[in-house]
Amino acid sequence: MSEQLLKVRGLTVRFPMRREGLIGPRRWLTAVDAVDLEVAAGQSVGIVGESGCGKSTLARAILALVVPQGGTIEWRGQSMRLDDAAALKQMRRELQVVFQDPVGSLDPRMTIGESVAEALLALQGPQAPGAAATRVAASLREVGLDPALATRYPHELSGGQCQRAAIARAIVARPRLLVCDEAVSALDVSVQAQIVNLLDELRQRHGLALLFISHNLAVVRHLCDEVVVLYLGRVVERASREQIFAAPRHPYTRALLAAVPHPDPAQAARTGLVAMREVDAVPQSATAAVPGCAYLPRCPFAESNCRTQAPRLEDAGGGQLIACHRWRELPVAR
Amino acid sequence: MAGSTPASVMTDGGLWADARRRLRGNRAAVAAAVVVVLLVLAALLGPLVSPYALDHVDWTLSPLASPPSLEDAHWFGTDSNGRDLFVRVWSGTQVSLLVALLATAVSVVIGVAWGATAGYVGGRLDGWMMRVVDVLYALPYMFFVIILTVVFGRSLWLIFLAIGAVGWLTMARIVRGQALALRQREFVAAAVTLGLPAHQIIARHIVPNVLGTVIVYATLTVPQVILFESFLSFLGLGVQEPLTSLGRLVAEGALEMETAPWQLLAPSVVLATLLLALNFLGDGLRDALDPRQG
Amino acid sequence: MTSDALLAVRDLSVEFATPRGVVRAVREVTLEVRRGECLAIVGESGSGKSQLFLGSFGLLAARGSARGSVRFDGQQLLGADPGPLRSVRGTRVAMVFQDPMNSLTPHLTIGRQLTEVVLDRDLLGPQEARARSLEALRAVRMPDPAARLRQYPHELSGGQRQRAVLAMALMTEPDLIVADEPTTALDVTVQAQVLDVLREARDRGLALVLITHDLGVVAGIADRVAVMYSGRIVESAPVRELFAAPAHPYTAALLRSVPRLDTPLADRLASIEGQPPHPGEERPGCAFAPRCPSAMEACRSSLPRLRSAGDRSVACHLPCSGTAFAP
Repeated sequence: MSEQLLKVRGLTVRFPMRREGLIGPRRWLTAVDAVDLEVAAGQSVGIVGESGCGKSTLARAILALVVPQGGTIEWRGQSMRLDDAAALKQMRRELQVVFQDPVGSLDPRMTIGESVAEALLALQGPQAPGAAATRVAASLREVGLDPALATRYPHELSGGQCQRAAIARAIVARPRLLVCDEAVSALDVSVQAQIVNLLDELRQRHGLALLFISHNLAVVRHLCDEVVVLYLGRVVERASREQIFAAPRHPYTRALLAAVPHPDPAQAARTGLVAMREVDAVPQSATAAVPGCAYLPRCPFAESNCRTQAPRLEDAGGGQLIACHRWRELPVAR
Repeated sequence: MAGSTPASVMTDGGLWADARRRLRGNRAAVAAAVVVVLLVLAALLGPLVSPYALDHVDWTLSPLASPPSLEDAHWFGTDSNGRDLFVRVWSGTQVSLLVALLATAVSVVIGVAWGATAGYVGGRLDGWMMRVVDVLYALPYMFFVIILTVVFGRSLWLIFLAIGAVGWLTMARIVRGQALALRQREFVAAAVTLGLPAHQIIARHIVPNVLGTVIVYATLTVPQVILFESFLSFLGLGVQEPLTSLGRLVAEGALEMETAPWQLLAPSVVLATLLLALNFLGDGLRDALDPRQG
Repeated sequence: MTSDALLAVRDLSVEFATPRGVVRAVREVTLEVRRGECLAIVGESGSGKSQLFLGSFGLLAARGSARGSVRFDGQQLLGADPGPLRSVRGTRVAMVFQDPMNSLTPHLTIGRQLTEVVLDRDLLGPQEARARSLEALRAVRMPDPAARLRQYPHELSGGQRQRAVLAMALMTEPDLIVADEPTTALDVTVQAQVLDVLREARDRGLALVLITHDLGVVAGIADRVAVMYSGRIVESAPVRELFAAPAHPYTAALLRSVPRLDTPLADRLASIEGQPPHPGEERPGCAFAPRCPSAMEACRSSLPRLRSAGDRSVACHLPCSGTAFAP
């Protein structure tokens, strides 16, 4: 049984919006709504969903970049609170991140060597002279970069090289869990494959756990053992890779998978929407306190129950969790 | 402390070396820098080269105000009081430069620290800090300077304090705007996830990234300061006799423009050249300090 | 080279004058778009796919220049006077760019921006303009079109904005729409709908150029595909044949490296080594040689020319299995 690294329970993150009128009640945008999540050592968990589903906000809350309004985050059994500086420092050493924009996530005024060195010094304290430079070079080599590139600035490197540098920075202090927030989405197709392979390698070599956030389902299928599907801040389905891609049960998961165009003209004719009624679930829905299921406006299987009662996550067997009132009745195969 | 800052473990101040290299490649900026250096040297050496002292009245001349001539070593001519203009112009340049540089330095240091902190920390601290700026902005500036002069007497130091005390306000606003934008960038979020404390993030990530704008604005401030200082001098609040400044000389020379045009010519040419050169240099510095332009 | 091509590009080159020398973004590209057909241009960064069309329609940045020939319905566009050029661009040819927030003016309502397209050119009166803008919004399947007319861009979601931009493109009933990465910034479910709209438009006789790096999108809508690398076309073919039997090593490698939902999982994704070339990178031989698993000596020293056979062409020194390509 591997150690449980991250345990999130009932996490809720809300952002204040403008009041209605001058003195009306303040409206809130609920970006993350009572989300549960676990990541064990060496495990790779994918979080998928479309814009407005809250996956980036979830990542930021886990990284202690935003303050949640509710719920708990436990790191290796210890409860994380933003005011516990010592515990936070320990967590930061072991929980690192790679962001979406490869060039933007590096300080343009620092060479990539300096950026990696900064991470090393911040997370592991002052180093003996020469030792730091050696470790930075080793980290760069590990991500497939020539250590001579350490003196270059981000704008002198390609997107793929910058992302490798960002990964080098993230792993230099040997973290146990790496959060990847759309880490390959901004890369060229041919480079994406390289970075995905790199992440996989690092995972296997160091037993690194991954929390991989992406809207690209094919990449998630390749990289992740377990998949969590978010919709408007709520978990609608959670299952192993095999279960989700072979037998998705939640109507949204099915719609999502059906909408992905296959790079195959013969099949492409079959790509289409699985009867989606209303096209745009605008994030504004996340502001009203929706009593029923968040997916209601777009769900072809909705019934009266769905309007009044929010579905809870139920175990459909084999560890597959679904939040849908009608999951038992819906046909299983895609 | 060796081994404790990223720059020291990786290279020897690599960024500035890079900036120097870029600046050297910009011919207009290099020419401007040369001009500024020459003017500074002239300002320092000019009064030493001339046989005349700053306030020496040359009674041998008739009339007292006489045009430039080589024989009696009045190379720029003399002013209405018979004092040598060559010496006065270069002494005035010294004073103008000193006032401008010190006042700008004061406004940069205070403005950047204030603005970067307010912009990065945000929230209520930002609110309070910028309200202070707003209130100070609203104060009648001249009134403020007059009160200071009355309380502390007229002195050169007072002038730069007064100018600097107001100059930092706009700098703070500009830097705060930049800091707000920078705060959203992913590399700042990355720094937060490293567990760096706020003051380190401000010093290491925010300030260096606003330097480009700060430099450009500072070089725009210098001519403004020189002009403002001459206005003060004109009102009798600034540089006092026998010290003089470029602005003061230009103001005096303008009065005698029709009868003794040389009195206006020398200080104006020096002032205009100085301001032009500073502007070109400022542009060059901005390009050099912004890595993306390389 | 058929004569009924709506858009005929011949030996088009686009260059930019930079402090560090001339950057050749597009190098002697020749292609055609026929009426009622969708041509997909596939390429990664630095391939020149966007500059190709910006250059064709006189939309290059200040330091750019275009050489060659671009004929739209017989009319030469390169070097044309601004008047005739403007009458083609925006009325008969519409361009749709990647980021809808940049194409929409933030302070004007959607309705105003739609009607402006035809009112400014005196194509319709105000009543008819409004009617057509409603039609256009319906054609792009915008939910609640009447309400949208009164809204501002920031009140719409990303998918709605992109559809508004498409509606703007449809306002003048153009013959050709050039869409540069129109679905890249969109959610996959919205992307499916936008593609449906584009497919319908094509089926109604509209010619479509789709610039993209997403092979799934290409498979879903394109009739023909041209693959670009480092400013040149390296392969072009009808869509089924391109996917079934890619002739150029780059195309083949690209297809292999894309992760898919419908194939068995592999240990590693088949990636292409190295990175895409910088725009304007110069090389004596084939630009893909450094990354090509089958590169030979000849590839590094001499540039392969585009050779055609039927409706396929490829620029590669390797003898290709299957179809024989005439030199």
